[in-house]
Amino acid sequence: MSILLDSSTRVIVQGITGREGGFHTEQMQSLGTNVVGGTSPGKGGTKHLGVPVFNTVADAVRATGADATGIFVPAPFAADAIMEAAAAGITLIVCITEGIPIQDMIRVKDFLRGYPQARLVGANCPGLITPGQAKIGIIPQRITRPGAVGLVSRSGTLTYEVASALSAAGMGQSTIVGIGGDPVLGLTFRDVVELFEKDPATTHLVLIGEIGGSDEEHAAELLAKGSRLKAVAFISGRTAPEGKRMGHAGAIISGNRGTARSKEEAFRKAGVQVAETTDDIVGMLS
Amino acid sequence: MKLLEYQAKEVLASLGIAIPPGVVARNPDEAASAFARLGPVAVKAQVPVGGRGKAGGIKLARSEDEARRAAEQIIGMDIKGFKVPLVYCETALEIEREIYLGFTVDRDARANILMLSAKGGMDIEQVAEESPQSIARLYPNPWRGPLDFELAQLVYDAQLAGLLRPLVALIKKLHRAIPELDALTAEINPLAVTKNGDVIAGDAKLEIDDNAMWRHRDLEEKYGGVLEGDPYEVEAKKRNLTYVSLDGDIGIIGNGAGLCMGTLDLVQRAGGRPANFCDIGGGAKAEVVENALAVILMNPRVKGVLINVFGGITRGDEVAKGVVTARNNLNMKLPLVVRMSGTREEEGREILKQNGIEPGVSGWEAAKKIVELSSPLVGKPGSTGRDGAR
Repeated sequence: MSILLDSSTRVIVQGITGREGGFHTEQMQSLGTNVVGGTSPGKGGTKHLGVPVFNTVADAVRATGADATGIFVPAPFAADAIMEAAAAGITLIVCITEGIPIQDMIRVKDFLRGYPQARLVGANCPGLITPGQAKIGIIPQRITRPGAVGLVSRSGTLTYEVASALSAAGMGQSTIVGIGGDPVLGLTFRDVVELFEKDPATTHLVLIGEIGGSDEEHAAELLAKGSRLKAVAFISGRTAPEGKRMGHAGAIISGNRGTARSKEEAFRKAGVQVAETTDDIVGMLS
Repeated sequence: MKLLEYQAKEVLASLGIAIPPGVVARNPDEAASAFARLGPVAVKAQVPVGGRGKAGGIKLARSEDEARRAAEQIIGMDIKGFKVPLVYCETALEIEREIYLGFTVDRDARANILMLSAKGGMDIEQVAEESPQSIARLYPNPWRGPLDFELAQLVYDAQLAGLLRPLVALIKKLHRAIPELDALTAEINPLAVTKNGDVIAGDAKLEIDDNAMWRHRDLEEKYGGVLEGDPYEVEAKKRNLTYVSLDGDIGIIGNGAGLCMGTLDLVQRAGGRPANFCDIGGGAKAEVVENALAVILMNPRVKGVLINVFGGITRGDEVAKGVVTARNNLNMKLPLVVRMSGTREEEGREILKQNGIEPGVSGWEAAKKIVELSSPLVGKPGSTGRDGAR
């Protein structure tokens, strides 16, 4: 069992003929991901990496019945690619692209309200992987192994760090979800924790947060209501200096939330153990 | 990109918002001639941070001499790490009341938020804490912007019914900064109501999304580069790096903000003090690594460098080649620990070894290693870390 993604998920790659898109499609295929096609405007009708290429997502969905997509297109086109996927009926949209303007993402979030069945992961994220079954994105499968730990993280590289350590200690993962570090993103910590909570194959939970925003606090509020998962949280950036702030608007809406201290306290209050470094996580989980 | 007050006001004026007459002065003579043109002026430090008033960065000048002296005192002053490059001399307003008008991105709501309050001025954050209901809020639709009736509701909610028409017109103009300029923050505080009932921008804060600068090259050309901030940060910006100076002596390069922050935490825990935060992002290309290393080595305090790269989209072999080339090109002699894993990590480690760089095992081990290797050098003067200048 897993959340969001397994070996039966029918995946396309938007930007499959690009350098990164192509490289990571091969990686996804080598894990056994059911990649059924890709898109690249103007290259419809060709084949790439053994799968058909389409001009648009709607064409790809009609021909392949795809239900998930990985987006590897450049930032200026990424917001449109996300909306295109939702409008075509894709239910799991994973956007790896970094550097998308925030206003583009705010419009995307508003657009997605019209497609409640579509779940967006990212953007600016490493994607997700259900070890031994499938992945969408760029998480290296070598560092993962199948198991019962649900891992959700805002940071790409710290996710790999922790996944490696868990795997080395024999603690496999049910699904790893990198939700991304942008201020305006798709699935939140809370959304992913809810999914893990409902997945019988997940018994343990690791949350890797960072300073800024209050998504970690919201996940902690949910966990405080009672959870069957044994959970450990880690927050990076506790020694980061405070940003040089300008204007009052940010402070008016966020108050004191968003600091490493506020997040760690929220987790402790919810009965979640808080790790000092990523190296401590494995010990605290077992 | 954070604009300075005079830049933000120029932009607001281009949107049709009223601003007080003002002139930029780069030296005391220019401030004196500004007085000659405008009469009594506020001489205001131009820095992209709040709190300049409390730091002595705003002075009222009632004579040419006072204007000259104020500029002398303020230009070159350090305000929260920023050296004041110039002052803005602005006609002092006869203010009847101060309103707060701000727009920003509400991360929690994943939406833009417009805020209006009758209690504007310096204490607005205190107002927000003590009586949040006195700040009226509106989440405008990001596709079509705010509608008239929504803005009217906002103004009534803020108890500013008497200013309904001028405020609705003004908020519409300010809102244009969001879709047209990719503003992340656009704030007018105070929004001054003068004795004649005019509504004028007393101060202005404007921040443009760095991710959207490709849509706003004109703003970057016009306003970028005025500010002399931290020299390493300035250089890093020229090289398109995400870099923040800190006050320690161990240079840090990482890929991804989370890992980079985590690496700072580890070095601190190992007893070291990071000299910087430098995130080289996803595809850590050879050129990017070299740029990062070059900026870090500019800082004479740096006694060692830790590179922590965990690859997803980043390929280990490319990172290793980049590190070796960068070290050779920069003729770097300081201790260097490279901790690397991820896609093609074995190839990467092999390349490092072949070139005499010891790859670190875990982040924690690497942090301890660099603290140990660089500690005998800490405090020794005269080492620049590299031979010759580039």
